[in-house]
Amino acid sequence: MQPFTTLTGVAVPLLRDDINTDQITPINRTISPDWAALLFANARKLPDGSEDAEFPLNKPQFRQPGILVTGRNFGCGSSREGAVWAMLATGIRCIVARSFADIYRENCLQNGLLPVELKPADSDAFEARVLAADGAAPFTVDLQSQSISGPGGPDLAFEVPAADRTRLIEGLDDIGLTLKHAQDIAAWEKRMAGAQPWLQTASDSRR
Amino acid sequence: MAQTLFDKIWDAHLVARRADGRDLIYIDRHVLHELHAPHAFKKLEQAQRRVRRPDLTFSVQDHTVSTQPGRDDTTNAQSTPFLQAMRAGSAKNGIRLFDIDDPEQGISHVVAPELGMVLPGATHAVPDSHACTVGGLGALAFGCGTTELEHILATQVIALKRPKRMRVRVEGRLSPHVTAKDVALRIIAEVGIAGGRGHAVEYAGTAVRAMSIESRLTLCNLAIEMGARSGFVAPDETVFAWLAGRPFAPQGRHWDAALAHWRTLASDDDAQFDSEVALDGGGLEPQITWGTDPSQVVGVGGRVPELASVAPGQAAAFRRALDYMGLAPGMPLAGLPVNRVFIGSCTNSRLPDLEAAAAVARGRHVAAGVVAMVVPGSSSVKRQAEAAGLDQVFRAAGFSWGESGCSMCAGGNGDRGEPGERCVSTTNRNFEGRQGKGVRTHLVSPATAAATAIAGRIVDVRRLVAGAG
Repeated sequence: MQPFTTLTGVAVPLLRDDINTDQITPINRTISPDWAALLFANARKLPDGSEDAEFPLNKPQFRQPGILVTGRNFGCGSSREGAVWAMLATGIRCIVARSFADIYRENCLQNGLLPVELKPADSDAFEARVLAADGAAPFTVDLQSQSISGPGGPDLAFEVPAADRTRLIEGLDDIGLTLKHAQDIAAWEKRMAGAQPWLQTASDSRR
Repeated sequence: MAQTLFDKIWDAHLVARRADGRDLIYIDRHVLHELHAPHAFKKLEQAQRRVRRPDLTFSVQDHTVSTQPGRDDTTNAQSTPFLQAMRAGSAKNGIRLFDIDDPEQGISHVVAPELGMVLPGATHAVPDSHACTVGGLGALAFGCGTTELEHILATQVIALKRPKRMRVRVEGRLSPHVTAKDVALRIIAEVGIAGGRGHAVEYAGTAVRAMSIESRLTLCNLAIEMGARSGFVAPDETVFAWLAGRPFAPQGRHWDAALAHWRTLASDDDAQFDSEVALDGGGLEPQITWGTDPSQVVGVGGRVPELASVAPGQAAAFRRALDYMGLAPGMPLAGLPVNRVFIGSCTNSRLPDLEAAAAVARGRHVAAGVVAMVVPGSSSVKRQAEAAGLDQVFRAAGFSWGESGCSMCAGGNGDRGEPGERCVSTTNRNFEGRQGKGVRTHLVSPATAAATAIAGRIVDVRRLVAGAG
């Protein structure tokens, strides 16, 4: 996983609550799709198929975004990880949301995409600054110091749980972390094979 | 100390606490599908890792399969690479696959329970947010992403932070034609689509206890629609009787030992929940969504809310939803003409769902101009329905009768509506674009869906069957 330390990039505002993963990436019909092309693929287009010039990601100043700024419960719905891969394929490596849906937040952490929740009191101010900047000046997210800096005001602090922070900063392989417990897993299996043997076998009784 | 059932299952499956503070929770049964698993197979191979427990892992083809009679790999050309990659990856890793032509193929959340792979007090994972469905049997299930799926394949554990606990009690006796789907939609309306975020939900109360297993599966299926990754009902004799003799359920002395353990699985009387919700099921009418998220729900006799009733800060979202749906504040739902009706999906495609829809369709006919589809949740459900003559009832009434799969729930197989169409659907998400670009989805129960197909407009099934439609 690509480590995340600091990111300086254009912050694109998409200030709505409850944006779901069907909106972020409509279901992929090919097995290795162009994820960047799927990002908000429906919302980016008008009903006649032409580009919607009003959609933030279509505006010239937001063509190369680094940070997405959005509302509550971002990424609800389907567990599709493509909704994270599409962000990365577009260059977005940090999402600042009022809150995240559980599975989406996990999928971000698995891919080195930093999910940031500001203190509620700071969200209004930050969103106003992002709107005012309108892509003309970048913001910087520093995961080491857990702060966002940029035009229009003072640095804003955020908190990412220490464990998640370490994983992101060091780009740790999650499977590798877990496999350090391979002996614990084997011991659990052995114990459970005695205590609840029906859990450790899943055989077809007809065969 | 008094414990919730969630805590008991979690603690029993806690393998270790990782250095980063996450709990490693053992996964007893892992079920994969072809939309996401091929990517994880590839990643595993690149990392030269093996599947730790192929014997506890199963593969199904569900998201992309064609529902056309006589289907094969090539019926739906866009799906061919998914089906083939799933077949190759499952074979290479020694995982049993319920393939497109297997007599037990179907939607994972339908197949795993009906084959007895899902057990009370067991943990279950699927790379699909509706994994929570199988909580209806008293299992603790987790929907997960593709990287988490790869993690479970390699380690047989999932690394999680312990969620909070919520209990939803539904008391009272449901009226005729009021179903688990209506209860679930009403709960989401009360709690909100993020109300269950960070929680595992236990459904309880007399109305839940009285539900069949299939109804409990429907109820738990919609836990994710209020943001909860897991939802379950404590197991009881109804569960044990339903599971007995199913092919992957324990047999003989293992069954006896399992049964003795399962009978201990309940939240302690004085267990504390982080959040409690109560609902009176007795007064409930059939429910329907009017908007673009599953909390935007009214009784089928109700109206779209007025702007004045919308919470501050939600006005823009409210207007946006109505604009997409082609509706206005205060409009009645009943009477709205529909173009399409879909009966199926992991929410509502089991035999009792199809029986409820067929009971309404029997001797009636789908209204002119309405496209009405029935897609059974598994090939086993399809056979059982055909043995009972339900396919004939549906066909005679003008419904199409498909092969099993996820079909129009998410449109991963190309089954979708046309822009601007109004679609009444027994599925789980009325999101913008979910059933096709511009498709206006209303979520309902199977009985309400069938009644709407007959009437050609949204209707209270109770009025239709009473001849007052």
